Amino acid sequence: MRFLPAGDLAVSVELGDEISVEINTRVRALEFLIGQKALPGVVEMVPTFRSLLVYYDPAVTSYEALCAAIAAIASQASTATLPPARRVELPCCYEPDLGLDVEAAATRLGLAVDELVRLHASGSYLVYFLGFTPGLPYMTGMPERIHLPRLDTPRTKVPASSVGIGGTQCCVYSVESPGGYWILGRTPLRLYDPGAAEPILLRPGDRVAFRPVRRAEFNEIARAVEARAFAPVIA
Amino acid sequence: MITIVDPGPQTTVQDLGRPGHLRYGIPPSGPMDRTAFVLGNRLVANADGAAGLECTLVGPRFRTDAPCAIAVTGADVPVTVNDANVPTWTTIPLAAGDTVRVGAARAGVRAYVTFAGGLDIPRVLGSSATYLRGRLGGVEGRALRKGDTLPVRAAPIPAVRAISGDVVPELGGTPTIRLVLGPQADRFTDAGIAALLGEGYEMLPQSDRMGARLRGPRIAHARGHDIISDGIALGSVQVPGDGQPIVLLVDRQSTGGYTKIATVCSFDIARLGQVKPGQRITFAAVDVDEAHRLRREAAAALDGVLV
Repeated sequence: MRFLPAGDLAVSVELGDEISVEINTRVRALEFLIGQKALPGVVEMVPTFRSLLVYYDPAVTSYEALCAAIAAIASQASTATLPPARRVELPCCYEPDLGLDVEAAATRLGLAVDELVRLHASGSYLVYFLGFTPGLPYMTGMPERIHLPRLDTPRTKVPASSVGIGGTQCCVYSVESPGGYWILGRTPLRLYDPGAAEPILLRPGDRVAFRPVRRAEFNEIARAVEARAFAPVIA
Repeated sequence: MITIVDPGPQTTVQDLGRPGHLRYGIPPSGPMDRTAFVLGNRLVANADGAAGLECTLVGPRFRTDAPCAIAVTGADVPVTVNDANVPTWTTIPLAAGDTVRVGAARAGVRAYVTFAGGLDIPRVLGSSATYLRGRLGGVEGRALRKGDTLPVRAAPIPAVRAISGDVVPELGGTPTIRLVLGPQADRFTDAGIAALLGEGYEMLPQSDRMGARLRGPRIAHARGHDIISDGIALGSVQVPGDGQPIVLLVDRQSTGGYTKIATVCSFDIARLGQVKPGQRITFAAVDVDEAHRLRREAAAALDGVLV
């Protein structure tokens, strides 16, 4: 474990140097523990793949005292301490006008489009953390058969709610933004809705399942989402 | 209520922001120059976090339909009420029908207009602050437009007060911005760190509330410019492959995958937010303990400056 100062208001706590479910689970467990124990001076925390950024108030705690308090509880940060993950179903339409790269990705992988869709939708995806843009999940969980290097040339504009893969990772773009992932489909749900009382759909640690839907159902759900009359399936 | 007659290039509603949502990817927002904003609120007898306006380079023209009091702080701007010059950094009482014009900044970038009672803007996630890229908060998540009307909370007209002259910041020149090295200073060569702390950098016009883009001596990486994405603190100095630093600010992305050589101290973010495009800055490193001492001094200096 390494403590790295991030200015006068934050410390980065590194628990490893790789992207793995095990290390990320410890990061999220450490965040949960620090919250549960209400360590003095902690203002907010941002979990990422292998580190936890802890913002603190130096009027309440010193850098040394905070690092010592975190070090003292870090060994308890095991999976057992985390509450059970939520399971969130994201409907996803893989038709080529929405899945901008689904045909190219299938060709590149030597798969039929239907097979690529089946494989992508068979995964159970772990949300390591949210970042980059509001509510955007960093996830892994797809079969190795569909791992692909990122696009050679990133798109300057990826439509919001596009579902993309690159390397071992999968993400859902939460707002229109640049992006280098292969776009396989689009969900009719909004991962970020600034007009909603709860603007962010997903949380760190969620398990995401993609449910393939045809265009008609995509349109129907999109209309319900627009009317704020759609309740996502969360268990 | 005030009516916007001319919004200026980018005028937004801000309060002290919405901390606590970075884990969902939502930045805190709030004023770039927190000191000027807080003093502006104190001049009109508000709580420090009452909602007001942040103006960028050129301020707005607006009309009030009721008697109220305002203050203008931050960047050095000319202010008129019904075309007559009025002073900044002081309480300005207004009568119903008065038109206020906040002009172009002579020094600094961001001026603040605060209103006795504060602007009455719905809170989203606990704050009225505008986050432009996320279209969140403020007035429909956007900069103000001509014709917008903004309610002002009812409040007594406060006594006229001013800020003692020696506290009004000098915004020209080449300011020294203090920073703490790390979290990834070890990913840079000694020459790279010396470059950062050397002759200084020029503020580029692409800078905004998300990040200050700088141009100057190239900062050399020791081994690659990518890391496994991690959290980005306020003031993180990110250095992409071109070796030119970007300081991440109040509307920053919550996470990112570029190496961060250093982090600008919280008490110098306000000063950085007032550096004009083309103006130069230099960086100086302090350690965490020194930064905490300087932060306490800066906070203490804010008390008792109203006269």
